Amino acid sequence: MAEEPISRAEVEHVAELAKLSLTDEQASKFTSQLDEIITMIDGLNEVNTDDVKPTTNMADATAILREDVAVNAHQKDALINEAPETEDGFIKVPAIIDESEDA
Amino acid sequence: MNFQTTIGLEVHVELKTNSKIFSPSPVEFGDNPNANTNVIDWGYPGVLPTPNKGVVEYGMRAALALHAKINQHTHFDRKNYFYPDNPKAYQISQSDVPLAQNGWIEIDVDGKKKKIGIEEMHIEEDAGKNTHNPNGYSYVDLNRQGTPLIEIVSKPDIASPDEAYAYLETLRQRIQFTGVSDVKMEEGSMRVDVNISIRPYGTDKFGTKTELKNLNSFNYVKKGLQFEEQRQQRVLLSGGQIQQETRRYDEASNETILMRVKEGADDYRYFPEPDIPNVEIADDWIKQIEATMPEMPERRRQRYVDDLGLTDYDAMVLTQTKEMSDFFEAAVAQGADAKLTSNYLQGDVNAYLNDNHLDLQDTKLTPDHLAGMIKLQMDGTISSKMAKKVFKAIMDGEEPNDYVKAHNLVQLSDPAQLQPIIDGVLDANAQSIEDFKNGKDRAVGFLVGQIMKQTHGQANPKIVNKLLMTSLNAR
Repeated sequence: MAEEPISRAEVEHVAELAKLSLTDEQASKFTSQLDEIITMIDGLNEVNTDDVKPTTNMADATAILREDVAVNAHQKDALINEAPETEDGFIKVPAIIDESEDA
Repeated sequence: MNFQTTIGLEVHVELKTNSKIFSPSPVEFGDNPNANTNVIDWGYPGVLPTPNKGVVEYGMRAALALHAKINQHTHFDRKNYFYPDNPKAYQISQSDVPLAQNGWIEIDVDGKKKKIGIEEMHIEEDAGKNTHNPNGYSYVDLNRQGTPLIEIVSKPDIASPDEAYAYLETLRQRIQFTGVSDVKMEEGSMRVDVNISIRPYGTDKFGTKTELKNLNSFNYVKKGLQFEEQRQQRVLLSGGQIQQETRRYDEASNETILMRVKEGADDYRYFPEPDIPNVEIADDWIKQIEATMPEMPERRRQRYVDDLGLTDYDAMVLTQTKEMSDFFEAAVAQGADAKLTSNYLQGDVNAYLNDNHLDLQDTKLTPDHLAGMIKLQMDGTISSKMAKKVFKAIMDGEEPNDYVKAHNLVQLSDPAQLQPIIDGVLDANAQSIEDFKNGKDRAVGFLVGQIMKQTHGQANPKIVNKLLMTSLNAR
């Protein structure tokens, strides 16, 4: 096993991805807490899973697929009313430089 | 030093299902902002996505058109990132078990055929639309949020910008023939992400790749790749190194411009989507889709050449879109000559579409009407000159037989009716007969002109010529 399950640098990286700003104190605290959690979960590695299919879903069920029928919920006005800021039916947000690589 | 090029293409295609991939909201474009949204599309707490059967089915159709193997036990994954057009802060996509894998399509570059592998094809949701405003705000419309997409990832088999172009064209055609998408780049229903690297010939290790953005047509994809291929060569030959970076193609200058340098891999923290159980695809379902797959373009091309006697070129042009190909087949089924129909579609009809910026299905022309006009030409009822008038009329939605009758466009082909007119013209033009006898061919043209004038242009020129020559020689 690696010397430590999670490094402080990894905790800081994950916090940044989650847009959380941690104080030094918090970063240390969460590193040791996550360390304990991961150590506990690592216990699962002792189980032999050679013949077990990977678990991708906790519900041991098959998805029920919805028929392709369009239904307009007519919720626009209610939803727009709940948005912090709107203009001409758009949701108005502070401009953000594109960080996503997504299409 | 010589280099070899490796190009990777990621193509997103919007599926034209009725409803969104995880919510029943309608998939429609051009409506008022946020009109086609519900609480699921907005990512409200406590809502549950319900996967659309139509999306899985359309995805399978596309997969089969790409000769890909369908994964019968598949599932969705979460891809995590923050952006205002992505209200859940994750996109539901597929990561380790995509809907289909290991496909291929065959491309043709200047007569050279090559198979290009497809690494994988998965289904996912589209994001909303973010419009930036110089006032420091962005305006978000979630109508597109949840529109179903397929993403098609090529294997590193594409070795030149020309091959990339041919790959995109072939991919577009095949998807279009399945009917699952409009696949139009100009409308955003097909989007292309490109990466390219070069390496010295004979070496195994791929070079560092750059990504290109803002490629809004197949042509720009080709031009952007051509520029980037040259740029990378210049950098390497001058002793430099390629950075892993994203570059924007500039249409005006035909260059790629650095947008940002990428440090490290993207970190999307994929994990299995807990809100949707695994998707199981039964054998029967695949069989049922296989049985209802439409004929693919290369089969049609073969048929047009073998059965209808068209050239390879004609067959290629007619099968560029399914609409054109279907239209052609419907007209031929009505009894129109295949070559004439092909000529009309590639010539007059295509010119009309270009002049009016229309697609074939947006015009009033029907296969019946085109076939009707061609048949009138085939049996000699109308001349090719009259056909020009009739063509205009059928483009306005008129029935060709009715139009020809109403405008008295019937060609005069009956010798019994034509002979007296010819005799009359000859009697009145003794000088022309003299000229003809003296070997002046021009005289014939003049006489034909007189006969056409007398018949208001309706005489069948072929028959007039034949009768006139006989009459002239008899005098």
